[in-house]
Amino acid sequence: MMKQVPDISMTDRISAAFARARAERRAALVTYVMAGDPDQETGRAILAALPEAGADVVELGMAFTDPMADGPSIQAAGLRALAAGQSLKKTLADVAAFRRTNDRTAIVLMGYFNPIYVYGVDRFLADAKAAGVDGLIVVDLPPEEDEELCLPALRAGIAFIRLATPTTDDRRLPTVLKNTAGFVYYVSITGITGAATPNFDATAAAVARIKKHTALPVVVGFGVKNAVHAAAVARGADGVAVGTALVEALRASLDADGKATEKTVPAVAGLVRELAEGVRSAAKADVA
Amino acid sequence: MNSPVRPNSLRAGPDETGHFGMFGGRFVAETLMPLILDLEKAYGEAKDDPSYQAEMASMMTHYIGRPSPLYFAERMTDKLGGAKIYFKREELNHTGAHKVNNVLGQILLARRMGKKRIIAETGAGQHGVATATLCARYGLECIVYMGAVDVERQKPNVFRMQLLGAKVVPVQSGSKTLKDAMNEALRDWVTNVADTFYCIGTVAGPHPYPMMVRDFQSVIGKETREQMLAAEGRLPDSLIAAVGGGSNAMGLFHPFLDDSDVEIYGVEAAGHGLTSLHAASIAGGRPGVLHGNRTYLLMNEDGQIQDAHSISAGLDYPGIGPEHSWLHDIKRAQYVSITDEESLEGFKLCCELEGIVPALESAHAVAYAMKLAPRKAKDHLMVINLSGRGDKDIFTVAEHLGGM
Repeated sequence: MMKQVPDISMTDRISAAFARARAERRAALVTYVMAGDPDQETGRAILAALPEAGADVVELGMAFTDPMADGPSIQAAGLRALAAGQSLKKTLADVAAFRRTNDRTAIVLMGYFNPIYVYGVDRFLADAKAAGVDGLIVVDLPPEEDEELCLPALRAGIAFIRLATPTTDDRRLPTVLKNTAGFVYYVSITGITGAATPNFDATAAAVARIKKHTALPVVVGFGVKNAVHAAAVARGADGVAVGTALVEALRASLDADGKATEKTVPAVAGLVRELAEGVRSAAKADVA
Repeated sequence: MNSPVRPNSLRAGPDETGHFGMFGGRFVAETLMPLILDLEKAYGEAKDDPSYQAEMASMMTHYIGRPSPLYFAERMTDKLGGAKIYFKREELNHTGAHKVNNVLGQILLARRMGKKRIIAETGAGQHGVATATLCARYGLECIVYMGAVDVERQKPNVFRMQLLGAKVVPVQSGSKTLKDAMNEALRDWVTNVADTFYCIGTVAGPHPYPMMVRDFQSVIGKETREQMLAAEGRLPDSLIAAVGGGSNAMGLFHPFLDDSDVEIYGVEAAGHGLTSLHAASIAGGRPGVLHGNRTYLLMNEDGQIQDAHSISAGLDYPGIGPEHSWLHDIKRAQYVSITDEESLEGFKLCCELEGIVPALESAHAVAYAMKLAPRKAKDHLMVINLSGRGDKDIFTVAEHLGGM
């Protein structure tokens, strides 16, 4: 039932996204939404609307009851999705549905290890690959636990994208970068998603530091809330990731019972469009 | 008093990556990983430092009031008509529970590491009170995360923490109990990495916490060995302790793991029963990954964590320390369960026969002894860890027994 994805290998969709952005002398826009939020049908409609609105890479959240690194907005999004019956199996089906009409936009699943562990690592990787998943970000799997999922994912042809943080010093960076693929996600603050706004100068310096250790694109996320932030970050990074702001735009569009309205899909797509303009406004005239 | 740890000893764990068999590990966000490595290093150095050990020993004696007595529960023994029952009186410690043993070790470590801000999670409030106490004693800032549901049902402890100068933060996320308090403490730690020490209250979390907390709590079992040898001239035949996360149990069990003749019973909370709402992770759960470690967890088929239930807030957690999961898998310890109703019978028996008001957590251990002791011979030596006193629980008990 899942469409056979032609030719390009999984990580190629990620590198192609960054290559296209680079050709336009701009940073890539990486957008995060929670799968199945506020319900599976609306979640799929949002997913389908993202590329046209300007998303270069889609991060799709896998709902979990206990998201230790997420702030209140994404916690609530996960609970909305779970309340509507979302599961990891359904999230993979959402990716497969997306791939029926789009084999160009890279999809990265983001979440926590327990649902994957319970699903079964080998079975998960096989199903994720068949569905058309390009990469994984699993917050609670540091390099010390690479044998759990990172190495099997790489063997299965799925990129394992690592988070680097302000606490990842030069001594530790090689450990963090060793088995990472696709891109490096720089967490611009010490903290949870959607918390403080980063210091953009410090962020640019951190990106430059990471780039001394790797040829992979570096995406900056956590705390990017609007087009102005996106433009500021875009000047010093290969990509800008936005999550909480989109999840909040979605939440604000819901009715009093937390159900989707006709405003829900446009609310998310509209903000993505603004962010895409922000990223483009920061197009680098002087990039080597 | 302990025999040296042999190469094939059951006391040798965890391995250098923090695993007890397949359990344990370091499943944390990258932001925390350098902090956990620092902590492991600092603890390793402290452990070998005589000045650290001396300060701990002195505080154990003069501040906490150790050793805690090993008390022959004569009337309970007569009533149950089998095993000779002893209580390890951890409820007599300063702050009224075993929790303080671990907090002392961690706070002295935090001081060595130059950390001025202490965060903790708490369920029943006993760990929160112990942390607030040591923070007051050493002049450290203290923030305690506590599920909003627990704040309501353990009010006396909330007030105690506040009197001791701690800031109690009611956690409104998720199920608003201990697991959510732990999530929120981790969120705080990931945000305040430079100056903050996370004082975990049980033998769970990422390595090195399960090992470190066990080491600090092992004073319970070490004393029990010496005291039983002094009282009876031999080791006990069985040990019984309640298990939520499992720190009082691990503290009692660990020094006896290589004594294969000593039967070990961990008592999980069966709540309304194992087919209903409960907190028995081993009896009713399966291996998963949460809060930094792999261990038995209560969860659904999608790996979503389920809410635990126990009459005792301190046992109301959907997981268990990873070393317990391992001891279960290798069958060194038996994990049994006791319902809310049964624990109330244990609570009453302890009050009425021994004049000791036990914590509802400890009442679970007593309730299991009520089942086991009558089946044992009169020369069977049984130790129940009376891990905490029950002042905090009298309103909960009154509500159930209709005493007020």
